[in-house]
Amino acid sequence: MTRPSGDPDHRPFDRRLLRLRRERWLAAADAPLFLHEEMAERLVERLGDIRRNFATVLELGCGRGALSRRLAARSDLRTLVRTDLARAAAPGPGHFVQADEEALPFGAETFDAVVSVGAFHWVCDLPGVLVQLRRILRPDGLLLVAFPGGDTLFELRRSLLLAELELCGGAVPRVAPFVQLADAAALLQRAGFALPVADIDRLTVRYRDPQELLGDLRRMGESGAPRLAGGAPLRRDVLARALAIYRRDFAARDGRVPATFEIIWMTGWSPHPDQPQPKPRGSGKVDLGDWLGRGSG
Amino acid sequence: MGERSEPGIDPKLLEILVCPLTKGRLRYDRERNELVSEQAGLAYPIRDGIPIMLVDEARRLDEEQTVPEPLRRKG
Repeated sequence: MTRPSGDPDHRPFDRRLLRLRRERWLAAADAPLFLHEEMAERLVERLGDIRRNFATVLELGCGRGALSRRLAARSDLRTLVRTDLARAAAPGPGHFVQADEEALPFGAETFDAVVSVGAFHWVCDLPGVLVQLRRILRPDGLLLVAFPGGDTLFELRRSLLLAELELCGGAVPRVAPFVQLADAAALLQRAGFALPVADIDRLTVRYRDPQELLGDLRRMGESGAPRLAGGAPLRRDVLARALAIYRRDFAARDGRVPATFEIIWMTGWSPHPDQPQPKPRGSGKVDLGDWLGRGSG
Repeated sequence: MGERSEPGIDPKLLEILVCPLTKGRLRYDRERNELVSEQAGLAYPIRDGIPIMLVDEARRLDEEQTVPEPLRRKG
């Protein structure tokens, strides 16, 4: 992503605004929770597949507790520490600390696992956060996080772009830039995680109307893309046109429209000498050519 | 001290918390119910037993005027 060089604050997201949004989301009785519930369910499944005890666990961006509840039910859990930017996330199991994922207030080698659902897509400095996470994990500790990325909301992005080009002769991004799968794996490796894996889950949600999707996003505290639009608010007529394009290009025969959510999964382990290691280059004793039968001729 | 109804911090949390800016040690100021990072010159408040570890919400140690009147003191 390129930015104007004169911008004094080059961070893509306004974390203060995000905090207010989260406070409102947490207070709203009608907030849609399906995405967080889905990610939380899949995360505990993945945790269950790992034959390991995680006694001291940190959950980042705990929100309305979709994951906290499920973590608290694990028999190996001794200490759960939950954080969120928003204070309203405090009620729940374990200890709560109000903290920003970008500036974590935890000492080195504190946790056996760090988990999170639906928080990392608003992080400005993901490489920096990953380095901090590696530091607070004990050796051989697990990082497992899920957040929307990739082609999430591509239907909406495309419709907004087309509408704005059509009516304004130019366009600015109206949907947050998302982390791509290939970047996720590279970032894990760069931050020094061992056995890094990144993969993607695709969910398609069907809405009666694109308007309903926008309502859901707003009530999830996920509307807008702070700092991105360069100050120009989205015009009402542009939005109306975008919704028309969304219907025109994506509606199924029954009139319902799909919205794509791609969940990026990042898994990595804090390094430990007992983990499988690649051998140093040139340390092989067997010539691969022999194995392949070259020597036989 | 006995009159304060404000709950303090869980000792378990106190063990693992550091300054989010410097990652340095924090001193627990029982009287003000704050976590003090001398290195950063910031004091993080504890409200209802919840440590507020946000730099935006921290009190700058050099700005004494932000301290509530009854708690003001040298130091």
